[in-house]
Amino acid sequence: MSKNVNVYMIGVGGQGIGLLSEVLIRAFDYANIDVLGVDTHGLAQRGGTVQSHLRAGDNIYSPLIRKNTADVAIALERTEALRAIHNYLKKEGEIVYYNTSWQTLDVRLENVEETKSKDISDAAGKINAEVIEVYKEDLDDARMQNVVLLAELAKKGIFEGLENKNYIDALKDLMDGEKLKNNLKLFNSIVDQK
Amino acid sequence: MKSMGEMLLNKDSQSEIVMGNTALVRAMIESHTRVVTSYPGSPMPETAEAIRSIPKEERPFYFEFSTNEKVATEIAFGASVNGHLSTVFFKSVGLNVAADSFVQLGLMKLLGGMVIVIGDDPGANSSQNEQDNRHLAHLSYIPVLEPSNPQEVYEYYKKAVELSQEKEMPVILRLTTHVCHAKQKVNFKNYTPKDFDKTPKFSSKDENYVPITSKVFPMKRRALKRLDDVKNHSESLDLNKLIDNNNSKKGIITMGAPYLSLKDVLEGVEEKPDILKLGMIYPLAQKQVIKFLKAHDEVKIIEELDNVLEKDIKVLAFENNIDVNIIGKTDLEDWINEYTPDKVFEVMQRTWPNIFKEQNTYQFDKPVENRPAQLCPGCGHRSAFYAIKKAINDDDITVADIGCHTLGFLPPYEMGEVLLSMGHSTSTGTGLSLFNDERKVVAFLGDSTMFHAGLPGIVNAVFNDHDLTLVIMENDTTAMTGHQNHPGSGENFNEEVTPIEIKDMLKGMGVKNVYEIDTYAQSKLTEMVKKAVAEKGFSVVIATHPCMLKFTREARRRGNYKDNKARIDQETCEQIHECVKVFGCPSFSIDKNGVVTVNDDLCIGDGSCIQTCPVNAIGSIQRGNK
Repeated sequence: MSKNVNVYMIGVGGQGIGLLSEVLIRAFDYANIDVLGVDTHGLAQRGGTVQSHLRAGDNIYSPLIRKNTADVAIALERTEALRAIHNYLKKEGEIVYYNTSWQTLDVRLENVEETKSKDISDAAGKINAEVIEVYKEDLDDARMQNVVLLAELAKKGIFEGLENKNYIDALKDLMDGEKLKNNLKLFNSIVDQK
Repeated sequence: MKSMGEMLLNKDSQSEIVMGNTALVRAMIESHTRVVTSYPGSPMPETAEAIRSIPKEERPFYFEFSTNEKVATEIAFGASVNGHLSTVFFKSVGLNVAADSFVQLGLMKLLGGMVIVIGDDPGANSSQNEQDNRHLAHLSYIPVLEPSNPQEVYEYYKKAVELSQEKEMPVILRLTTHVCHAKQKVNFKNYTPKDFDKTPKFSSKDENYVPITSKVFPMKRRALKRLDDVKNHSESLDLNKLIDNNNSKKGIITMGAPYLSLKDVLEGVEEKPDILKLGMIYPLAQKQVIKFLKAHDEVKIIEELDNVLEKDIKVLAFENNIDVNIIGKTDLEDWINEYTPDKVFEVMQRTWPNIFKEQNTYQFDKPVENRPAQLCPGCGHRSAFYAIKKAINDDDITVADIGCHTLGFLPPYEMGEVLLSMGHSTSTGTGLSLFNDERKVVAFLGDSTMFHAGLPGIVNAVFNDHDLTLVIMENDTTAMTGHQNHPGSGENFNEEVTPIEIKDMLKGMGVKNVYEIDTYAQSKLTEMVKKAVAEKGFSVVIATHPCMLKFTREARRRGNYKDNKARIDQETCEQIHECVKVFGCPSFSIDKNGVVTVNDDLCIGDGSCIQTCPVNAIGSIQRGNK
């Protein structure tokens, strides 16, 4: 018996939400937990919001999560983290986000202020959600921020029943060569940290 | 790393996590499909990506991206009447392009069988409308099967083949966006390769393939007869599913992805209604539906978009004198947007408020700003719009077409103010130019779209001597749907070919004034458009550069990518903000003191911003070869 888990992932096109969700789906599968997922993106350009839904457990049908029911929300960017809390995170859920900013057009036109970490903790506070902020100095390639997040999820044991080896097997399904080597090195360096 | 190509050709039964679009390809292979054609369009492109994962020489069927959906449909038809099992797949609105030939298919005897896979897009995630193509099935007398998840995509394709080959008639497999993209572990059966019979079996001796005047009638009669057969025997296909919750009062008839949403929202409900989930959408399995209607006091119909099932079911109830309260769509909102679990809950809550309790929602103090889709950092269309905007007057009229450049309608460019469909821009622009001596008309058109459906409008502008300017945004690819090649790319899906040169082609078609310029040469482009617009008659400006995203990706792969980044010299910068607010590349960030910096995670080093700075404060640094 596995209890249902709803995971909502969000980022900006180009940040690697697709890989993040694919790794997580496969990790659940390696842990022998039934899983469904769907990426929901509109136009394929870099720069718009990209979301991915994942549902795991015994009684799941649609891959789409209902509003305010995500047990865990994962965001690759600050404004998107705030959006995840507003739209999908459940009361007392967990929001895990990478602390970077890809400014929206309205911010760049100085119509609105940029989202700050405090906006995220304030919004999370409203629904008693836990906030986990992730950032890694000196990351060679911004396209590896998704793996930093995955490693933090693994290290903190956010998902019941998922072990580090499940994530690693999933990564091995999806990449090879230098890319796999670099991502595994990064993943292991974070999960092995005390 | 797991190889998708190997998985798709694996001879053993297996289970693998795949999306609906990939499951479809495994089903094509197991069913021994022989010819597959398509034109790129969301939500279907991943089907072609799955096909591409199989090396050409090992691919068990012929595949091509044709120039448009009509051509693709005709090729699949031609293959089928020659005895080969064929499939054509495309997006929702692609059916409009294919329709002229598609509507004839029901009349024909399709020797090899033919499945038309349509990716409808409830929610208009990547389309210009939400059209419900179930209507076209009624129009053309073609049965429709609709799966709700990837497992069913795989199973229903095989059923569609079975039906199509048995009756020698076309069958539609209708998918929707989140069925195409849903991922789950799909159980595949084994695959037994077989040698194909290449014999061309087409024969017009025993069979008429020319529907002209009274020859149409026997063909139409056969189409109706085949549809009747399907109606009476569709239960044997075992596509519909009854979920008996022992409820004689309330029942729900539903289909496709909304069925899954319904199952989810029923989780917390104590008195669950019975459910009839239809897999055969058209024609309806009459006996099953009648039985279900008779067994309930009230039957709610849950269907996405239009009331197609509702009308068919109400007719059945009326003709059979069934005493049942059928609840179809009751609100305009019922016709709009995707039936996600949230949407189905809303609809059900309105239908039976006593059994669906209100849900909690939360209010937050600060709203979240929108993040609309935008042109990529470094996109050539941005350079083009920035330059062209300087060449025309504020009240001149700009016409958009379908493609990445459609996004130019958003701020800060606001270029391309009207949109209908693929290839419409020259002709809509022509209409706008009539009796119009005051405001110049400039139409935009992407290169793939031009080959797809843009040529007749161009020929017409020459033929009828119209006065407007067309800007062809040539980026050598079909960028929006994931960089598929087109006739100007120099390569088709399978091999290198001689590219069709657009300029030569236009000259050959009789366009007198054709200009060509690098998209990124902004001041030259401005001058060229000024000149073209000032000319009387039809003129074309080709703004050309390979899609920068594709270009840099390929450079990375070849190992000669120069990792340049734009840099702003803060001493020179006068905070005019031309770069961040007018040129508007998303790579620029601005802080609360108005200081502009470059986000290196976004900048791809194209350097197109450098020429926009009035005080030359933007330069470029090299991060070294990677």
